[in-house]
Amino acid sequence: MTLATGKVGIICCSGEDFAEGTISRVATRLVLEKLRPDQTVTLCLPLFLAGGEDERAFARVFPTIAVDGCGKKCAEAGTKKFSGKPVATVLVSEVMKKYPHLKVRSREILEPQEMELATKVAEEIAKKVDEILCKTAKK
Amino acid sequence: MENRKVVVVPCSGIGKSLGTVGRVATYKVIERMKPEKTRTVCLALLTMGDDDALRLVRKNPCITIDGCPAQCSKKNIEASKGKLAHNIVVTDVLRKNRSLKPEGVIELNDQGDKLAEIIAGMVSERVDEILPKEK
Repeated sequence: MTLATGKVGIICCSGEDFAEGTISRVATRLVLEKLRPDQTVTLCLPLFLAGGEDERAFARVFPTIAVDGCGKKCAEAGTKKFSGKPVATVLVSEVMKKYPHLKVRSREILEPQEMELATKVAEEIAKKVDEILCKTAKK
Repeated sequence: MENRKVVVVPCSGIGKSLGTVGRVATYKVIERMKPEKTRTVCLALLTMGDDDALRLVRKNPCITIDGCPAQCSKKNIEASKGKLAHNIVVTDVLRKNRSLKPEGVIELNDQGDKLAEIIAGMVSERVDEILPKEK
């Protein structure tokens, strides 16, 4: 197994029924597009669950972070079931407890407060990416 | 007994803007166009075999909106033995609306939103066709 390319896969739940799912999705894209664009890739969870062999193979070989909206942890469970346990999980509902003043109201349109929360979640993901890559580099 | 609803299930593909188009179209339908007749379900939760989610898609007609020809939402509904009533693939709709250039995943550009609006209209029409048949 080689981790020389220094990539971390991020798999988010994108839960459609809850605003936290939208936060998981936006936070993941913020990491990919702005915070750690050269160190991360994302995997499409529905494709992964539907049997996408490339996605499953990636998650078997590279370290992954699951980003879940709620305690049901579908992204973590799905990754574990088909490829192996994610190295870390970021739970939106847990991050929300640290910032009780940031309210989540809409599944569709992210207002400034919700974008701020998504940014906080993205920062937590980025921190995990750095920890994983640091450990990988030491090996 | 709770009234039947059409369950609108987008793939929410995160790699390209077309997954976001499907997701935005879904919210346009369930929150604004047909809130009394429709709802959604978390696709990942369904695929992981959650009992409530499985019951929902097996008892109610489902419309899937897939971003690309991989059709993950449709495949997952079928694998869950859900009642698939109709499937829309965003790339097919885009082919008929070539002037639109959807961009953005975090936030769709105006053309992406326009495409989502067209798809939401298609879904709404199907909802009205499906529910009378269910009575």
